[in-house]
Amino acid sequence: MISSSPSILSPSRSDALLRATLRGCAAVAGLILVFIFLFLLSAAWPVLREAGPWRFVTDAAWHPAEGLYQLLPMVAGTLYCAAGALLLAVPLGVLSAVFLRFYAPRPLAVVYRRLVELLAGIPSVVYGFWGLVVLVPLIAAWQAPGTSLLAGVWVLALMILPTVALTADAALGAVPRDTLRAAAALGLGRWSTVWRIALPAARAGVLAGVVLAAGRALGETMAVLMVTGNVVAVPDSVFAPLRTLAANIALEMAYAMDLHRAALFVSGLVLAGLVAGLMLLAARLSGESAHASA
Amino acid sequence: MPARNYLSRDTAAAALVWSAAVVVAALFVWLTGDIVWRGAAYLTWDFLTAAPQDAGRAGGIGPILVSTLLLLAVCLAVALPLGLGTALLLAEFTVEDTAFARAVRRSLDILAGIPSIVFGLFGYVFFVQVLGLGFSILAGGLTLACMVLPLLIRACEAGLRAVPHEYRQACAALGLSRGAALRRVLLPAAVPGLLAGAVLGVGRALAETAALIYTSGYVDRLPSSLLDSGRALSIHIFDLSMNVPGGDRLAYGAALVLMLLLLIINATSAWLSRRWSQGRIVSV
Amino acid sequence: MSGLESVISLNRSALEADAAARADEESPPFIETRGLSLAYHGTPVLRDISLPLRRGRITALVGPSGAGKSSFLNCINRLTDLAGGARLSGAIRVGDCDVLDPRTDLIALRRRVGMIFQKPNPFPLSIWNNLAFPLREHGLRDKAELAARIERSLRDVGLWSEVHARLRTPAQALSGGQQQRLCIARALALQPEALLLDEPCSALDPIASGVVEDLIVSLRERYTLLVVTHNLAQARRIADYTALFWLRDGVGVLVEYGATAALFAAPRQAITTAYLNGLRG
Repeated sequence: MISSSPSILSPSRSDALLRATLRGCAAVAGLILVFIFLFLLSAAWPVLREAGPWRFVTDAAWHPAEGLYQLLPMVAGTLYCAAGALLLAVPLGVLSAVFLRFYAPRPLAVVYRRLVELLAGIPSVVYGFWGLVVLVPLIAAWQAPGTSLLAGVWVLALMILPTVALTADAALGAVPRDTLRAAAALGLGRWSTVWRIALPAARAGVLAGVVLAAGRALGETMAVLMVTGNVVAVPDSVFAPLRTLAANIALEMAYAMDLHRAALFVSGLVLAGLVAGLMLLAARLSGESAHASA
Repeated sequence: MPARNYLSRDTAAAALVWSAAVVVAALFVWLTGDIVWRGAAYLTWDFLTAAPQDAGRAGGIGPILVSTLLLLAVCLAVALPLGLGTALLLAEFTVEDTAFARAVRRSLDILAGIPSIVFGLFGYVFFVQVLGLGFSILAGGLTLACMVLPLLIRACEAGLRAVPHEYRQACAALGLSRGAALRRVLLPAAVPGLLAGAVLGVGRALAETAALIYTSGYVDRLPSSLLDSGRALSIHIFDLSMNVPGGDRLAYGAALVLMLLLLIINATSAWLSRRWSQGRIVSV
Repeated sequence: MSGLESVISLNRSALEADAAARADEESPPFIETRGLSLAYHGTPVLRDISLPLRRGRITALVGPSGAGKSSFLNCINRLTDLAGGARLSGAIRVGDCDVLDPRTDLIALRRRVGMIFQKPNPFPLSIWNNLAFPLREHGLRDKAELAARIERSLRDVGLWSEVHARLRTPAQALSGGQQQRLCIARALALQPEALLLDEPCSALDPIASGVVEDLIVSLRERYTLLVVTHNLAQARRIADYTALFWLRDGVGVLVEYGATAALFAAPRQAITTAYLNGLRG
């Protein structure tokens, strides 16, 4: 009696060699993530051992040079920025996808889709630069200092909008035509078709896109750093400046020493853990949507 | 419910959808229009080739373009073989390696979402310090390679999976080795997908800033070797706008160049994957 | 012809077939399965199939869809391994080769046993390379020998006169029937001893189907041929032996096997009678 096992599948020696090489490649690729967490952890270890994990949420403030490691204001800044950006980008992005699939005349849809793809291709540093030279002065004219939560939300929203729009577009495109034809045959209006039939059917895919966008918003560094003022404080209004976790790392790595440096790696770990969880969620959701559309 | 209600609701919804589309388009035009309008003046041969002067307030971006290209070259030289090998294993050998493949795939899913600043931290510890590469194009390129790897693998795998299963059956039935089947039938059929993935990876690497600050560094001179520090175009834009008072004007020029490069790259990728999905490429 | 006469003539041909079969039985079959069972991921697909396939004879495999006919073919050259999760038990012998032995060289086995699929599957290469590349991979380096083998196989399938002027053009530009004959030529070029054909005509139009059928008959002398077919008339026309597969409790089993004429004239099983009369299946 036999069953499929690797040993019998690659009878030729060149195949065995090929397979070993490919396995090596895959092992390296798979191990990068492990390496990242290992090295972050080892670099963060000194401060975790010295101060323990709780000081990062109980200390009076973030003054790493004086041994104070309060991360919460920056966690709050990160979450505010990301949440605000999602609040703007999700409705705009989903409506854009609905526009593409159900409202735009064909030639316009082609142009519009290209435009959203272009928007997705613009690098974050260009978004940040534009925010800095165009948006911030505009907001400052209204309410100083201009570098603010509002500017961060605005720039981030623009950055993640294409992600939301393109994944929602793909999810809506995967809704079976027969379902839509059936809705039309029932005499449903266009909006009822979209709202009651198409969007619920595409829910998992749209949601996966939103989660993906959330991950991007949480982890974005440069664009946010350039427009939010980087003051370590929980913002009390949309015009107040703030600092995100990612920006904190980029700003302070240049001169951080010893425990301060280790503390930055802790914030890197927090960030990576947060986003890794979101990515797993997105992978599961898109797996579900693939099932649903299959 | 009277029919008029339906109608007015449909009209309101249409207005909402159209206005969302207009807002997005307007924002896009605003942003790109601004960059193009104010950057166009710098799109000259001199600007593209000259060295930056006075911290970038004058001169051009020649050495920065060279550094950027070197970074991309290192990134691709590492990520392409690694990505292709992994994708081949995931797409062609999963029957035998199910558990291993699943673990690798899960790991790559997470890796795809890791923020670039975290890659920067990792690159700083691992490549710059542990491997002793220092702030160098090599360290930066390797960090970028880690970053684009998931993207590359996903695209390569999609390309391979799009190859009809009949070819694999035919190859096996003819008693061909896996290597021969891959080399002669599967890879040629998957090439456009692989290329599209590679181009996409280049685009991501080109747009990257945060992963490079602490790996390839800031030095804006022409690098003399891969172990020299070199400044990427995106970092140049960041530095000019944040750290150099009066650097805005030339930052516009650099931003326009970067956007044009990405435009070309993304268009190439889209063109490649379109050709691939239409199956027009048949190697004779 | 009266009813009685036709019964007598049927019986006579059945008797002749039986006599031929008895003569065949004196030499061992080239391929033989004994108590072969197949399961995918624990789900049984085939149970306890014992079937001889004789050299120089065409054996037809008939039966309803899902009865495991194609799966049986895939067992013989171990193409079952491609899908993963396949579990084979029992015994398969091809010549002197024990197919289920883990040490079996699959590449050598698959060279000896060619396979033709329902849907023609030429590679996206030129006609020439479709034949040349597998030969080169199997170590044929000599250019003249290569060309000679390619020409011979294309002549064997009657394709030479149709394509010799455009050997460098894409194989996928050929018609469906030509593609299928090219696939047969591709298999023949490796000089196999047996051919497994999985409904080779069912994706073709009637005329192309006839051409391929004639081709299969012309190959009878030199090869051991196993043909899966849905077409009972075709089985009756071309096959020396016929085996009927059936689904029992969701698993494919061999219901009846015998010389074709005898099986069609006087089936021993009630299911066979019903199937042949179009009442079942």
